[in-house]
Order: sequence, then structure tokens, then C-alpha cells
Amino acid sequence: MQTFFILAILVLVFVIILQISKASEYVSQIKGYEKARKQSNRINGFMLLGFLIFGLIGVYLCNEWLKGRILGEPASDHGELVDRMLYVTLAVTSVVFVCTQVALFWFAYKYQESDDRKAYYYPHNNRLELIWTVIPAITLTVLVGFGIFYWFKITGPAPKDAMVVEVVGKQFGWEFRYPGADGVLGKKYFKKVDAVNGNPAGQLWEDPANYDDVFVEQEMHLVVGKPVQLVIGAKDVIHDVGLVHFRMKMDAVPGTPTTMWFTPKYTTKEMKEKTGNKDFVYELSCDQMCGKGHWSMRGTIVVETQEEFDAWLASKKPQYLVANPDKDPNAKKDSASAALPMVSVVAQNKIN
Amino acid sequence: MSETLMTTATVAGQATTHHEEHGHHQESFISKYIFSMDHKTIAKQFLITGIVWAIVGGLFSVLFRLQLGYPDRAFPILETFFGQWAKGGQIQPEFYYGLVTMHGTVLVFFVLTAGLSGTFANLLIPLQIGARDMASPFLNMLSYWFFFLASVVMMSSIFVNTGPASGGWTMYPPLSALKQAGDGQKIGTDLWLISMALFIVSSLLGGLNYISTILNMRTKGMSMTRMPLTIWAVFFTAILGVLSFPVLLSGAILLLFDRNLGTSFYLSDIVINGEVLPNEGGSAILYQHLFWFLGHPEVYIILLPAMGMVSEILSVNSRKPIFGYMAMLGSLFAIAVLAFLVWAHHMFVTGLNPFLGSVFVLLTLLIAVPSAIKVFNWLTTLWRGNIRFTPAALFAIGFVSLFISGGLTGIFLGNSTIDIHLHDTMFVVAHFHIVMGVASFFGMYAGVYHWFPKMFGRYLNNTMAYIHFWVTMVGAYLIYWPMHYQGLAGVPRRYLDKSGWVNFNNFRDLDQMITIVTILVFAAQLLFVFNFFYSIYKGRKVRSQNPWGANTLEWTTPVNPGHGNWEGDIPEVHRWPYDYGKDGREFIPQTEPVSANESKH
Repeated sequence: MQTFFILAILVLVFVIILQISKASEYVSQIKGYEKARKQSNRINGFMLLGFLIFGLIGVYLCNEWLKGRILGEPASDHGELVDRMLYVTLAVTSVVFVCTQVALFWFAYKYQESDDRKAYYYPHNNRLELIWTVIPAITLTVLVGFGIFYWFKITGPAPKDAMVVEVVGKQFGWEFRYPGADGVLGKKYFKKVDAVNGNPAGQLWEDPANYDDVFVEQEMHLVVGKPVQLVIGAKDVIHDVGLVHFRMKMDAVPGTPTTMWFTPKYTTKEMKEKTGNKDFVYELSCDQMCGKGHWSMRGTIVVETQEEFDAWLASKKPQYLVANPDKDPNAKKDSASAALPMVSVVAQNKIN
Repeated sequence: MSETLMTTATVAGQATTHHEEHGHHQESFISKYIFSMDHKTIAKQFLITGIVWAIVGGLFSVLFRLQLGYPDRAFPILETFFGQWAKGGQIQPEFYYGLVTMHGTVLVFFVLTAGLSGTFANLLIPLQIGARDMASPFLNMLSYWFFFLASVVMMSSIFVNTGPASGGWTMYPPLSALKQAGDGQKIGTDLWLISMALFIVSSLLGGLNYISTILNMRTKGMSMTRMPLTIWAVFFTAILGVLSFPVLLSGAILLLFDRNLGTSFYLSDIVINGEVLPNEGGSAILYQHLFWFLGHPEVYIILLPAMGMVSEILSVNSRKPIFGYMAMLGSLFAIAVLAFLVWAHHMFVTGLNPFLGSVFVLLTLLIAVPSAIKVFNWLTTLWRGNIRFTPAALFAIGFVSLFISGGLTGIFLGNSTIDIHLHDTMFVVAHFHIVMGVASFFGMYAGVYHWFPKMFGRYLNNTMAYIHFWVTMVGAYLIYWPMHYQGLAGVPRRYLDKSGWVNFNNFRDLDQMITIVTILVFAAQLLFVFNFFYSIYKGRKVRSQNPWGANTLEWTTPVNPGHGNWEGDIPEVHRWPYDYGKDGREFIPQTEPVSANESKH
């Protein structure tokens, strides 16, 4: 019913506008087109000026309204560079924006048609044109310079002590693999992927580096202050690892692994305090259109201290043992000592 | 030619319905108004088909904005119209992505490429350079009918059982290559690819024709540097299209092969829904290179004609020459060249080699220099003018404003460091809608309002035109300006419901505001459409041969020019087209010889 009313009102407004338009056509016919034209010229001139003034006020109000909702402080070292670049660019473009828009609408208002003015024949001025070629060129060179400098810092090689996590996107969720104590991700081959038999990542069990790799879904754990390198892939279509708080983003492409690295600055707990939101979590969003569930392809990230992280990792069973329960020394010895420390599991695997 | 015949020409798009009525002169009707070879009729065919597509594309955006603004609200009326696609009155995800994909494809290719270039290149090239028609009227006709065929195929894809293509207008594989990936990846995507192939043929036929006409068929005295900037703009547009569309064609054909013939151009290492596919060795990124090698020039294919028309219209209506004609021309050239060298800025976060990325940053931000020159030159053209705010002039001024706003946000996105954060967020959506979508639309509207009297021998209604302009202008800023903030907050694009997210779910009021404004702006466009068709038949008649007091050649033709444009000889040209306000004279048409005591510039 409500929809019907809205539609009815729209149609009514339409009809009214049409009638006014027709009437104004007749009025200008009576008044004389030239007179009517000059009148509407003045009205439009004022409206252009009004648009400029209310527009600039609107820009200010919009900023007041929404500035609190853009993300606060970046939560990674690279994020700081991104934000700095962003605010420098914002400053430069704001100045240009205000100057050019003011000039545009002010000229339009000031030089509206008038009987006592003759247009000034001014076809070119080489010096002026040179000035506004050179000044933007210099400004942009500076922006490009900063941009590329930061870009190389961000995309440069990861530090040697960075931890490695494999992130794989699929329709519609995230999978993570940790290299375990040896720090090396075991080899994998997509044709070995067999989720039913405990090998969702397609790991090659022949590779000993796979024995201690831990596989988890949907939730990634990272260590605060420790650089992390993400090795990114996708199973089916292109996804994108979007980390808004870290200001990082990288596509996940099937068949072509990509990487990115950064250092988380705050634990999830610290972010809860900083944002004043007790439900705060770091979210991992898919930023590349990947099918009908794209909008819900959400992962979460827990940033914690080294001790918390170690405890978490130790509580996970390596995928090798999940897939090959017969190889699990703990299973043989019954589940009494299930919480055996990670290291000894790895050691036993190596012996195997 | 009589008034009535000219107006009948406008309904060529709906040929079949009028077929019977005009049976008594069937043959001449078909050759004059359906399979017409007159460039003016073809221009009208492009324009009207473009308008139909714009209504469809715009309506789609209203539908998905309803979902974005009111994700948990049911609109039973939607179920009435769309059945299973809007079960319970709520837009289903497959439907949402189909709408988004079709909205993008239709508006970018069918409206702002065919509808804009097709209309104004066809209309203005022969009229403004002084030719009787295109170099090959027959190819020109084929160009429209290939476009029509592409339209039919694309439109039919909306009605297939599994829905239209829904992989986004960029149609990235593997999503678009795998039928298992979703409903929209089934027959809908094949139809999309076939339609695009037909569209490319159309645009190549058109483009080659535009180029050869401009190079070979200028009237006596019309040297290249005496051409109006509109012609220069469509000239560069045509060159861009001819050089880049074939690359998209190859990309689309390879994708068709991957989909239907088992090849692996784009496919490698794929496990989908638990099924391991045999493909190995392909590169998904290859497609993106092929796509954006067209896709970026495409942005300028859309924008350049608008720039050309805006230059012309601002000059005519401020009664002043365009400032810095040669600089305008040089910057058009620079933009056309650079357009080919920046495509990878769409791919900064695909895992592109960072060094390559940095080169593309440099080249991308370089485009800002010619763009800045153009803006400053437009501003100087207004300065100390005597400006008439015709609807066309208002839209031209609006274009400059939007081009500034959208151009400046491009400096954010072209800088790879910032792009890491903003890539694929609502910031991108806001940016390209302002600078490419709305700005080009403004250029197109300016063109329609300015040349409508030439097309139909009547004026559009001014009151409706002014309402149309002001609602659209204010609405465009209300929709897209605050949207940048969503992007800065990292809200990804193409998210149809953000309520499951902790960090993206704080823009509900903004989304609702944008949706309401979108509906109002859409209504204002319908007002324009009404004005357009109403004025074809009922508009005030044009009585003067040169209603705007312009210098260019199209205003030396009769009010309703017949096929061949000029009744006698084609006029000779003696000067550039921008002698406004020179030596105390308001305007001096191009056809007037330079007198001995005229001042030089």
C-alpha cells in the first residue's frame, strides 16, 4: 500500500511539472522569448552561485557527519604509510578542489549574460598555459615520488624473521595453513585436494615439511609486533584478501600465488579498547567479486601476544595426522596425552 | 524535406509497430527510416536505442539501491514483477549480481559508448566538417544494426532461466569461465560474450568510418586545425576504439573457448565445489590485461566526446572563443596516447610486479596534467564571457564541476600506495561514477539539448530541462560525495548486505539517503525522456537557421536538412570555428572570408 502511495505521489508530481512546463512555454510566448530567456538566465545564474555556497557548506557538513565512521588509526606499520600518503593527497586535492570549483561557479555567476557586457576576445595566452601545465606537473611529480617510495617499502621483500601463513580463498570462505615448527609450508598440488579425506589444501604427504603444517578455517591468528608474510592463493575463482584495519589488500588468484607482508601493531584486545567497541574483531573481507556469496565471504583475525599464539597453535593438530590417523602417535597411545607439546609431535614426525 | 517526415525518422527504433501504418510507401519508409544510410537518421537511431538502454540500466540501479538501502525490508511489488528472483519481495543474491553486471555493461557500452559516440559522431562529423554523409554510409548503417543485434542478444540474456551474466561488468575469469561457479555463469555469460563480440564489430565499423570521413571528406578550407573540438574529440575517440576494441574481442573469444571448448587460456589449478578441474598452465591475470587494455581507453572513449561537446558548447554560450584551442587539442592527443599506457592501474593488487606497478603510477598520474590543462582552459573560457545559461550550457558547466571532483579522486586511486586500501571499495564506485558516468552523461545531455534543434527542428521544453538539470546536479553530488566516506572506511563494493560485518555495518542511514536520492534522480531522467519524445512532436519549432548564434557549419544547413545536408554547394570554410566576440562582432561564421582589416590572433 505504501509503495502504491509513493508511486501515486511521484506520478502526481510528474503531472504537475508537465503542466507547469507547458504553462511556462505559453507565458514566454506572450512575454516574448527574449525577455523570458533573460529572466531565466538571471535565475540560473543565482542558482549556480547558490549551488557553490550550499555545496561547500554541504561538503563541510558531510565531513562532520561521516568523519567519525572512517577507520581510525591504522593497525599496521604499512597502514601508517598508506594513511600518510592519503592525507597528503587529500590536502593537495582539497586546495585544488576549492579553488577550481569556486572559480567555475563564480565566473559563471559573475559573467552571466548582461546587455552592457561584451565578451572579451581572448583565444590564448601561452604563458598562462605554460604555468598551468608546469604547476600540476610539479605537484604530481611530488605525489608520485612519495607514492612510489612508500609503494616499494610496502611491496618490498618481507623481513627474514617474518612468520608465514598461507591464505586460500574459495567460494565462500577462507582457509589458512601454518607451517608449524619447521617454518616451511609443505608442498601441495591442486589435484590432491580431497576435503572428504582430510586434505582440503591438497598437501603432498610425501613432503616431510607437510607433517607439522596446521590447517584451520575462517579464523587466522597473528602475533602482535611480529611481521607476517601471507602467501595467498585461491581454489576456484579470484578472491581478494582485504584487511581494512591493516590497510592491506591482495588478490587471491587460482594458479598464481601472491604474497604480502605487514606487521600488526595492536592486539584484538587493544583494538577493542581503542575503538570503544567490545565486539570489535579484525575482519578479512573478500574484495573481488567471486559469485553469489561474495558479500558474505568473511574471515576473522585474532591478533595476540606470542604466548597466546603459541598456546593456540599447540592446541591444533597437524593436518597430516588428521588425514592419516594411523600415523598419529597420540592416537595409538590412546588420547590420554592428547595435549602433547607441538615440538615433540614434530620430532616424532621427523623420526617417522 | 517536410516536418512530418523528419519526425517519423525518430521512431525508426520502433520500426515494426509503425510498419503497417506506412504500408503505402513501404519501400521508401524502410530505406529512409529503418535501414537508413543517412548519417542523421543513424544518429537518431543510436540515440533512441541508447535512451531505451539507459532507462533499463537506470532502473536496474534503482532496484539494487533498494536492496542496499533497505537490506532487511521486503518489497512485495518486486516479487510480483520478478518472481523467484525477488522471493518474498527481497532481491536474491544472484539477481543482485545480475543487476549490477547488467547495469555496468549496459551503461558503459550501450549507452555511453554507442549512445554517445554513435549519436554525436554520426550527427556532427558530416555536418561540422562539411560533408554530405559518411565515407561509407552502408558501413555506417551496418554499424547501427550490429549494435541493434548486440542489444537484442544482451536483452534476451536477461530473460533466460538462469539469469543474465553476473560476474561483474569486467567479467573476470575464472568466475566467468566456470559454469559451475553460479547460475549467472551459465548461458547468460555466453550470451554476454556473444553480444559483446557483436558490439565490438559495430564499434569498429563505426570507428573506421568516422576516421576516414574526418581525414578525407572535409570541405574546402576545412584544414585539420580549423575543425571544431567536437570533431577532434570524436576523431581521437574513434582511434582509441579501433586500436583497443580488437584486444577485448580476442579476450572475449578466448573466454568463450575456455567456457565451451575445454581450453585453458585463463584456467589453472582449479577445484570448484570439490570438483578438481583438469586445466593447468593458464593465467587468470592474462584476461585482466586484455580486458583493461580496452577497458582503460574505454573510459576515454566515453569521456572524450563529452569533453569535445562541452568545449564547443561552453564557447558558443559564453560568446567567447575556446581558450587555448591548440592546448585543448594537444591535451586531447596526450590523453589519447596516455590512455593506452595506464591500463595496469586497475591491477595494482593482483600480484603485479611492484616495479611495473610503479611505472603505471607515473603514467597514470601523468594524465592529470592534460586533464588539468583542459579544466583551466574551460575556466578561462568562462572568464569575462557573456554567458547564456541554456540547458546545454548548464550541463556543460556541470560537466566541468563533476570532472574536477571525479578527476581529483583519481589522483588517490592512481597512486598505488593509496590504492592498496581503496581498491575495490565504494570509493572506486564513487570516483568512476562521478568522472566517467555522471560527467559523461552531462556531456551527452549538453549535446542533446544543444543539437536537438538540428536533429528535430524543434526545441526541448526549457522548464523541464532546468528541473532536469538541477535535480540531476544536486542529486549526483548527494549520491556520490558521501559515498567516498564509505570507501575510506574500507567498505567493499558489490556487498549487497553489510549487516553480517562488524566494521562495515555503520552506514545504514547513509545508504538509505543515497537510495532515496537515486530514485528521485531516476525520476528526473524519466522527465527528460518525456521531454525528449514530447518535444519531437510538440516542441516549439525552430524558426531561425542558427538559433544559438554559432559559427560551425551545421547551422548553415536548412532547419530540417535532407539527405545530403546542404541544398546547394557545400559551403567553403575560411576560418577557425571560434571567432566569437571578435572585433566587436558577436560571432563570425566559419563560412565568412577573412576581411583585410580583421585583427589577427
